[in-house]
Amino acid sequence: MIGKKMKASSVSAAVMVGPVTLWLVFFVAVPLLYVFVMSFCSLDQNYNVVFHFTMENYARLFDINYLEIYVQSLVIAFLTTVICLVLAYPFSFLIARTTSRYKAVLYMLVIIPFWTNSLIRIYGWRTFLGANGWLNHVLISAGIVDTPLDLLFSKGATILGMVYCLFPYMVMPLYTAIEKLDRNLLEASADLGARKVTTYRKIVIPLTASGIFSGSIMVFIPCLGLFFVSDILGGGNSDIIGNLIERQFQSGNNWPLGSALSIILIAVTLLLVKLYQKCGGDLESLGV
Amino acid sequence: MVEISGVNKVFDDDNYVVKDMNLDIYEGEFLTLLGSSGCGKTTTLRMVAGFEEPTCGSIRVNGISIENQEPYERNVNTVFQSYALFPHMTIYDNVAYGLKIKKVKKDVIKESVTRILDMVQLGGFEKRYPSQLSGGQKQRVAIARALINQPQVLLLDEPLGALDLKLRKQMQLELKQLQKKLNITFIYVTHDQEEALTMSDRIAVMNSGVLEQVGTPTEIYEKPASKFVATFIGETNLFEGYVQEVRDRDVMITVESGTIRAAGEGFKEKELVAVSVRPERMKYSDVPVEGFTIEAVVSGQVYVGSVLKTIAVLPNGNQIKIERLAGQVIPEKGKIYLYWDQDDAKLIHSIDQEFFDKVDNVRMGGGKAS
Repeated sequence: MIGKKMKASSVSAAVMVGPVTLWLVFFVAVPLLYVFVMSFCSLDQNYNVVFHFTMENYARLFDINYLEIYVQSLVIAFLTTVICLVLAYPFSFLIARTTSRYKAVLYMLVIIPFWTNSLIRIYGWRTFLGANGWLNHVLISAGIVDTPLDLLFSKGATILGMVYCLFPYMVMPLYTAIEKLDRNLLEASADLGARKVTTYRKIVIPLTASGIFSGSIMVFIPCLGLFFVSDILGGGNSDIIGNLIERQFQSGNNWPLGSALSIILIAVTLLLVKLYQKCGGDLESLGV
Repeated sequence: MVEISGVNKVFDDDNYVVKDMNLDIYEGEFLTLLGSSGCGKTTTLRMVAGFEEPTCGSIRVNGISIENQEPYERNVNTVFQSYALFPHMTIYDNVAYGLKIKKVKKDVIKESVTRILDMVQLGGFEKRYPSQLSGGQKQRVAIARALINQPQVLLLDEPLGALDLKLRKQMQLELKQLQKKLNITFIYVTHDQEEALTMSDRIAVMNSGVLEQVGTPTEIYEKPASKFVATFIGETNLFEGYVQEVRDRDVMITVESGTIRAAGEGFKEKELVAVSVRPERMKYSDVPVEGFTIEAVVSGQVYVGSVLKTIAVLPNGNQIKIERLAGQVIPEKGKIYLYWDQDDAKLIHSIDQEFFDKVDNVRMGGGKAS
């Protein structure tokens, strides 16, 4: 009896878990392995990939031009994260704490942009910020400036695009953390003589640190790879690691080098997640 | 110490949570706001604490009007029902919070925290976190944290609500002793009438936003001012009827099941009244007693340790409760005649009378007023 039961349950377990496992094997494990192997391959004279083991791809990663882009990438990601945090915190606080019936509407405002492809939305920014774009048009006709401002193709434009794309990823964990905050704690703090600023510093920020941390991770990591943002808005002036990878696979036609770059990016990502976990972060709040 | 005068709190324009509240609380007094949930007792407390603003009226502490002060400016502290301990701080830091904010010197803080934790019997718990404590211990920390600021008034919002019965009884005694020792004014909110009777110097009974009666536990129990107070505090037998005859303090009342007597002043004939008789004051006899004509049939007895409860049924089906200390003899079945000493019954003006007075004064259309 028992044996039969166990068999039945193991069959149903296989049916339920099987497809997911297959999916993960074919679409995650195999490609990753492929990229990993590729990163040790070399090219022949005709730029064809040959399975000839080499460390050369990894050696090339330390090229001074690449190092500059890594640094630039990290700077952009860092600034994006900080700006997102500064903008998202008060906003999340507002929607998490409000008792207004517009709470759901406010939250929807964060979600709605997801309904349109981010590539299209970034192109939207390009037409908005361009020399003949809306913003310049308005500024000139208002007499604020004489000649169109050079807004596009700068690090600033890239960061703007990044912030715009990744803002919701900062809001969501912050919202969850702030929502969980017990209102009584804020009242208790005020009751014991703390002004609002002190209450924020001593109670609110420490108790929402997990949200701040996971939001930052969720913005920082994608920010290293969103190549199309710096492509469209940065115009080659603010390349990030993602651009390097994309170029090796596309125009550069050097898959092994692109693979090596990818492996490094994955390694950095894992390192950050590990750091997050070490600091007491909860993987589930990252949606992992 | 605390003067609440003419305070109203209105939500959404017409939802009166607290109506025309006037209450003076004396220095060093243990005052309990008692009422069922939603009666406005917590809102009243929160207005004193500063978490809610009165719609109108004034609240004074020590003669100073505080209704426009922020919570952090008020010299009152609150013990929350949910304890509201800061989960990311140790017990030491929780208790020291108020003093740290006041920028008190470190060694003074250390001394005060140690002293107050000893007082609530939590010495040695400094390094623990709130999550490592039991409910009762958390409650003590919450009390210590509120008391360390040496408030003029301590506000307690159902502080024992989450504890089990035995612990609650023990904490009741401890709280009362603490209050006497420190001589701080306590304003205590609870829905538990037994708790209120045990601990309070005075009780303020609230019902749907209205303060029904303020008095010592004995006054509230023996001389309830309204039907609500009579039924809410302890058990009672309530007879409703109208005044048939008044002879000085002696009032004869006709009720559905017969006539009864009670003592009271300021009652007039034909007035609607209620009479409250506590179960332990209810007497019975085999033969009719002068002035009383209500008969009842004993229907059952319940033995609850120290007391014996008897239920008797009136002809109209109403149940009458009689309580005696165990060991005393009371009839187990058969017909009895109920009566009581006039001073043991509390005669209460009925709110319905006000309603009838108003109706009487309305001039019906067309007809001449007589």
